Formats: sequence, C-alpha cells, structure tokens
Amino acid sequence: MHRLARMWDSDIAYSFRRSPVAVIAAVVALVIIAAAVLAPWIAPYNPFDSRSLNLMDGFSRPMEPNAFTGNVYWLGTDNQGRDIFSTILYGARISLFVGFSAVVFAMVLGIGLGLLAGWRGGWVDSLLMRIADVQLSFPSILIALLIFGVARGFIPPSMREEVAIWVLIVSIGLSDWVQYARVVRGATMVEKNKEYVQAARVIGVHPARIVVKHILPNVTGPVLVIGTIGLALAIIAEATLSFLGVGVPPTQPSLGTLIRIGQQYLFSGEWWILLFPSIALLALALSVNLLGDWLRDALNPRLK
Amino acid sequence: MAEALLQIEGLCRYFDVSKPWLNRVLEREERQFLTAVKDVNFEIRRGETFALVGESGSGKSTIAKMVVGLLAASEGRILFDGQEMSGTSGAAMRTLRRRFQMIFQDPFASLNPRWRVGDIIAEPIHTFGLLKGAAIRTRVGELLDTVGLSAADAEKFPHEFSGGQRQRIAIARALSSNPEFIVCDEPTSALDVSVQAQILNLMRDLQDEMGLTYLFISHDLSVVRHMANRIGVLYLGRLVEVAEGKTLFRAPEHPYTRMLLDAVPDLALSGRRRKPVEGEIPNPIDPPPGCPFHPRCPLVMDRCKRETPREVPTATGFAACFALEQETAA
Amino acid sequence: MPETTEPLLSVRDLMVEFPTRRGILRAIDRVSFDIAEGEVLGMVGESGAGKSLTGAAIIGLLEPPGRIAGGEIRLKGQRIDNLPAAGMRRIRGKRIGMVFQDPLTSLNPLYTVARQLVETIRTHMDVTDHEARERAIALLDRVGIPAARRRLDDYPHHFSGGMRQRVVIALALAAEPELVIADEPTTALDVSVQSQIIDLLKEICAERGAAVMLITHDMGVIAETADRVAVLYAGRLAEVGKVADVITNAEHPYTHGLMGSIPTLTQETDRLVQIPGAMPRLNAIPPGCAFNPRCDRAFARCLIERPDLIERPGGRQVACWLYDEAQEVAHG
Repeated sequence: MHRLARMWDSDIAYSFRRSPVAVIAAVVALVIIAAAVLAPWIAPYNPFDSRSLNLMDGFSRPMEPNAFTGNVYWLGTDNQGRDIFSTILYGARISLFVGFSAVVFAMVLGIGLGLLAGWRGGWVDSLLMRIADVQLSFPSILIALLIFGVARGFIPPSMREEVAIWVLIVSIGLSDWVQYARVVRGATMVEKNKEYVQAARVIGVHPARIVVKHILPNVTGPVLVIGTIGLALAIIAEATLSFLGVGVPPTQPSLGTLIRIGQQYLFSGEWWILLFPSIALLALALSVNLLGDWLRDALNPRLK
Repeated sequence: MAEALLQIEGLCRYFDVSKPWLNRVLEREERQFLTAVKDVNFEIRRGETFALVGESGSGKSTIAKMVVGLLAASEGRILFDGQEMSGTSGAAMRTLRRRFQMIFQDPFASLNPRWRVGDIIAEPIHTFGLLKGAAIRTRVGELLDTVGLSAADAEKFPHEFSGGQRQRIAIARALSSNPEFIVCDEPTSALDVSVQAQILNLMRDLQDEMGLTYLFISHDLSVVRHMANRIGVLYLGRLVEVAEGKTLFRAPEHPYTRMLLDAVPDLALSGRRRKPVEGEIPNPIDPPPGCPFHPRCPLVMDRCKRETPREVPTATGFAACFALEQETAA
Repeated sequence: MPETTEPLLSVRDLMVEFPTRRGILRAIDRVSFDIAEGEVLGMVGESGAGKSLTGAAIIGLLEPPGRIAGGEIRLKGQRIDNLPAAGMRRIRGKRIGMVFQDPLTSLNPLYTVARQLVETIRTHMDVTDHEARERAIALLDRVGIPAARRRLDDYPHHFSGGMRQRVVIALALAAEPELVIADEPTTALDVSVQSQIIDLLKEICAERGAAVMLITHDMGVIAETADRVAVLYAGRLAEVGKVADVITNAEHPYTHGLMGSIPTLTQETDRLVQIPGAMPRLNAIPPGCAFNPRCDRAFARCLIERPDLIERPGGRQVACWLYDEAQEVAHG
C-alpha cells in the first residue's frame, strides 16, 4: 500500500493526473481492453460460431427489429447475420492479442539485436544496422505481406487457419523491430562508456552479464514509449492486413475484416457495418497513441 | 624497504585516430596515431600511495585504465606482484582481479542507477564467489558502516544520496573483495571541498587500518601533496619526474614541475610573485620532437629539440631532463 | 580599495525562488552585498549554495520558473531587477558583461568569432562595421590571441580551450562594461592555463576600471584574484570581508571549517579539517541558522533565530550569533 501511495505521488503519476488528454485516453483504452478481454462473457452472441448464425438475420439495422426474425441487435448485423456489437468485441480481442504479441515479439527481437549491435560495435554493428536500413526502406505493410506470402507457401493448407494468427504476429513483428533496435543500440553505446560499466569490467563480470544486468535496465525507458505507439501501429497493421484479406481467416473476423465487409456494402445503404467497427478501431488506436504521446513527454527530462 | 606490488616497465599506448579508410584514400592522408602514453616506468611499493599527476593529455587516466585491465597496453609490461598482466586470462586473471579494485571520478556515473546500493556493493562478492546468502548481507552492512553510512542504506538507490555519499558507496564496493591495491581515478575532483576532505580522510584511515596500496590519479597538486608518499609527474604521456611527496614540492627538479607548482593558485601562498606561464599543451597527435616540453621550457637547449631525455636519478627519484644531466655531470 | 560614495552594484535582501509542485523553494534568501567600482569580489560557496544563481539574477538570466521574489539590485543607484526585458537587454553586455564557465557552449559554434564580437560591439556602441572589426582585433590582441587579425575569422572550434576562454573574456569586455560577472571561468581549464586566464581577467579589468564578481568554488583562485570575498551557504551569506582576513582569520564557523578543509601546498598537518554532515538541500534548511546542525559552537539561539549579517571591524560582516555584541559570549 505504501508503495502504491508512493507511485501515486510520483512525478509521473502527477503529470498523468494533470493531463486531461492522458486520463481520457487511458479510460477509453481501458474500457475497450476490458470489453475485449471479457468478450466471451459480455457479448450477447458468439459471432465465431458458424452454427449459431442465421442468414436471415443478415443486414438488420441497429436497434430495429429484423423483418424476418424479429431479433433486435444494438448495432445491427453484417451480411452473414453476425451481431456487429459482439463481433466488435471479439474482433477487438483479436486485434489486441495480435497487436500486443506483435509488439512483444518486435521488442524482444529489437532489444536483443540493439544490445548486440551497441555492445559489440564494429562489423557486427555495421551489419545489423545495414540490415535495418534495408528493411526500413520498405513499407512495413509490404514486408508483412511478403513474410505472410512466404509463410503461406510453406504451410500446408490444412494448417493455414490455425497458424494464421501466429504468422500474422510474426510478420507484423518482423516488420517493426528496427525502431526498437535503433533506440536500444544508441542507448547501449552511451551506457557502455559510463563508469558503472567500467567498474563491472574491472571486477571481471562476464560481458553477457554486464549487458543483461547492467545495461538492459538502463536502456528500456524509451522502449516503453515506442512500444505504446507501436501497439497502436500494430493494431492498425493487423486491421490493414485483414482488410486486404491476408490477415485473420474469415471465420475469425477482426475489426479489419469487418471494415472490409462493411466497405463492400457501404454504398448499398448498410452503413452500420462499416461505421461502428471503424469507430471502435479509431478509438482504440487513438487512445493508445495518445497515451504513448503523454508517456513520452512525461518521461522526457528536458521538458520538465 | 617494502617490496614492489606494481611494476610498470616501458608502458606505451597508442590510439588509432585515423579517418575512415575511404576518407584517407580520397584525401590522400596518412594514418594518424595519438601517443597517449610513452615509455613510462615506475613502481609502487606495498602499503604506499603513489600519485600520478598531470594536466589534460598527460595520459594519467589511460595509465590507470591499463593498470586495471580496461585497456590493453600497446607496448611494455605491467607486473602485479611479479605476475605479468597482459598474458593472463581466465581463472588466473580472476584470481588476480580479486586483489585490486578501482574508484572512479564521477560519483553519479560510477553506480548503476537501477541497482540497489546493497547489490552494487555486493557485486564483487558475487563475482568472485566469496560469500553466500545471508553472509553477504552482513558483509555489506559492515562495509557501509566502515565508510560512514548505515546498513539500512543498502535498500536505497543511488539517486537518493549526495555526491560524497555515493563516493563512499563506491569505496565500499571497492573494498568488498578485500583487495590489496586500489586505483583511484580523480576520486574527489567532482566533489565539494568540504566533502573532499571527508573522503580523503576516510581513504587515509582505511589505508592505515587495512594496509592498502593506492595508485592515486589527480590533477590537483594540493590534494596529491596531502595524500601521496611518492609522486609521478606526467607531461604529454611521458613521466618527467618522480619524487618523494614533500620533496617534490620543496625542491622540484624538472622545469615542468616547477612551472606547474608556480601556476597553482594556492590559499596559503596568495600574493607571491609568479612567473607567467608560457604556451599551452601541444596536440598529442603531433607532439614536438625530442623532449615534449621543449617549446615551453626556460632551460631549453639544442639537444632538447632532437633527443628525448633519459631518466636522471635525483635525491628521491628521477627526472627526465638534459639540463639536469649537465648539472650532475658538472 | 578607496571607498567611493556609492557602490557600483548594490544588492539588498535579494530573494530568488523556484515554485515547484511541492511548494516554493527559496534558493537565495535575503542576500545583501555591495561591489565597489573597480574591485574584485569573490563569491564562493559549494555546489547548491546559490552562487551561480546570484550572478544569473543580477544579469537577468534566471531560468524560469526561477524568479526574483524580493529585494533590490541597483547598478549605480538605478534599479535593474525590475526592468522589462528590453531594458535589461540594454544593460546586459553594455554595462554588465558575463564570462561563463564552459567556453564550448558560450560561444556559438556556427558563427565566426568576428561575427560574435562585431555583433556585440555594434549592439552596444554606435560604430561602423569597420570600426567594430578594428576594435575586435584590438581586443583579441589584448587578451593574448596571437595573430589576432588573421584569427578573427576563425570559428570557435579552431581555438583550444584556453584560447576560447580568452575570446569569451574579449566578448564580455567588448562593450566596455562597468561590471563583469565571471561564473567559474577557470574550472574547465588545465592548471597552467587557469593561472593565465585569471591573471588576464584581473589585469584587463583593472585596466578598464571594470569591477569583477568572480563566482567560484575554488578558494585558491579567490585568494589570488579577489579583493573581498563573500561566502555563501545554503542560499545565505555566512561571511563577507577582505580576502586575506577571511582566509587567515575566518570568523564564521563554516568559513573556518572550509579554510581548514582545503589542502594547500605548504600545510604540515596530516589530517584535513572535516566538517561533519553536508550542506542541507534547499527544501530541508533547518530553522534558525542554516549551519547549526554541523556547527560545533552552536548554542540555543542558533537553533531558533536566523542571524543577519553583523558588522565587524575591518569591513567584515558575519552572520553568526557568536559575534552579536548584545550576547555576552566569550569566544576566541
């Protein structure tokens, strides 16, 4: 309790309390995340269960009873009769899962390679940074598509659906590791020359131990900020890939899938299929992004 | 006379400061080398404090780093208790490392800001496997007590302490493996005067109690006078004079030492007539030929511009100066 | 120094505060001192004592949110602490010059030395470009830059550390100010260069009749350069007096301890005087005299009442109850 009290009183918590944007963004993000996590319990319907779907329920308008079945759906249904509200909840779940995992994967890879490049310097550093440079010259979505396509070539069709999400995570992660690596590499090079590292070397501590126990804790600060914004980007990347039809399988629609479906029916008048998932995606990505912005400013000693 | 704990013979260190290969080819430039340390010989006896004093570019920090193995020597030998340092590695090196430690200049950068003080102090104990479990906690408490802090401080982080206190923590860390020899690289330069006094007194007390040997690096002559038994004066990477403590200040032999002593603004000697100091320290990449001090030396002769002076024995050490050679010969 | 009727700089009850979210931090707490024309006043203190802040307050370069919260600063009788920005700009450079600690950052690396000098000269003096250049060359020559005419158009990074500091001194004196504030001008320099710079500063200011406020933590520099010294402790003045007097016969217990803790080239004692504890942080200054927890001569009054500067013989001032005549305390 005492520790919580100290955290609440700290400079970061103070800055948080004073920033209305941060507080609102945090609330919105938390609500969406909570809703997504609790989806199986709070969603009125399970949109992934194909057997429960009734095509006759399709295209119901929001809050209006369906002409055929008389069911009322809060946000309407899509072309296959899936309740939009439930699908948003489950879709957000997938978006968040993919987003978090991709970011964690990119972080682990990026931090690892950044530490290696920063500590070793020399040709190891040059090599890794050239690879990073090459990768940065491609748009990340293209890279994700490329990796995705290559993976598909290797995986037999029967397994594709199960593995799809993991391939998605790996491809988004692989397209994103560079920014973490760069930041960590720079910070490592700075820390490596500091006297506490020299002190450890004088004692004779093994270099691997120095990197992990001494340098790593001191370079992760900026990584957190990038990670938050990276999460927003990963969510959008997943949505983009699903929108393009190469993301999650159609039986497990995410927000991106819904948006793709909705886009098809926009001009025939079923606006709700596009609008609500888009708002959900926007809210999620924006709130996470704003939180990241606030975090970056709060952690920046120069702005104090 | 106590035996030598550390012997330095012909120590040299060069740094390659050439531009990258492509630049050199395009600009048709030669490789450039910076001579940080050249032909340095001295020894440190057990139980004494040997100080290396010099201005920027003198090479004193470089020598300190070579002694503890942070930098490799380009030429020359470093012998710790008779054992050569450069050849050793692995288990033998580890046994050697247990016997010496280092204290750094910046008390804010020499402690890992994310580690607790107790862990920082215990790191040598862990690395050398000296103690286990609860014994470590007790030992850390004892060490904190020895340096004038309290055992409860082990749970805190470095940023909760002032500069002087952090330096005490650094000293506690240096003592935790029970070393015989401690290299102190400007340990009080970043501290206020009154805190400096506390730390210097502490270091002397510890030396008396534990029989420690110090290599004390500093640019501050008054501090060095207070702390050192023997002093070596460095100029542009070369050792120009070695003498016993107070003798160096009473009767400096080398012209550079005299100039340095004359230049120090001193509390007790204010108002004395001072000779104006000539020139500035030359660029170490392109040092003057012969004796590096000759462009600024009031006793310069023709020979100084061509040859590097050898070490001429003096009352308590030596000085590298042709002018002295003539005197002793005469 | 001959006493003129009016001091060049007069600081009375200066207070500098920093509003923080935990309350107001008072960094300078009712500091008063004078600088006579042409004299060199040393302002000495340890880190955090507030000496740099005092200099910054005088020249109007306090970094917000720090601000002058009280007191008066007068330059030849005219108040300068409450001037608007434009007014302060006219004073700064023309009447008060500043020499900062780090010559690397106080010279703009992107402009030649010529441009920086000429700009300063022309801002404060009504001369043509050509005349300003000639003045700049003369200045560089005077501060000891060899081949001044040729080096005028070099960039700061073409000069060594000591040379750069000479250029900074030239810059500070370009508009012929009456007061030069030098904040740790030699701390970043080698010992042999240090002595050259402080000699230069002393000579050139004496030549032009400019007074100097020399801010430093190095008592040795003060001993060689200053006429009088003011000792700061935790944002308050502990002692003010002639340099030789204060060094040989410090009256305030802090000053006394400080002088004893400085190693010199001639002392014969084996142990340095050690003042226990450390200077309090600004948000934890004890009531009464700020030094009382560390003072071995403190008594009851020291814990309750804060001493003001008490006038002593020989132009000395000490902020210590030991010297209050109303108090019947034997000391010595």
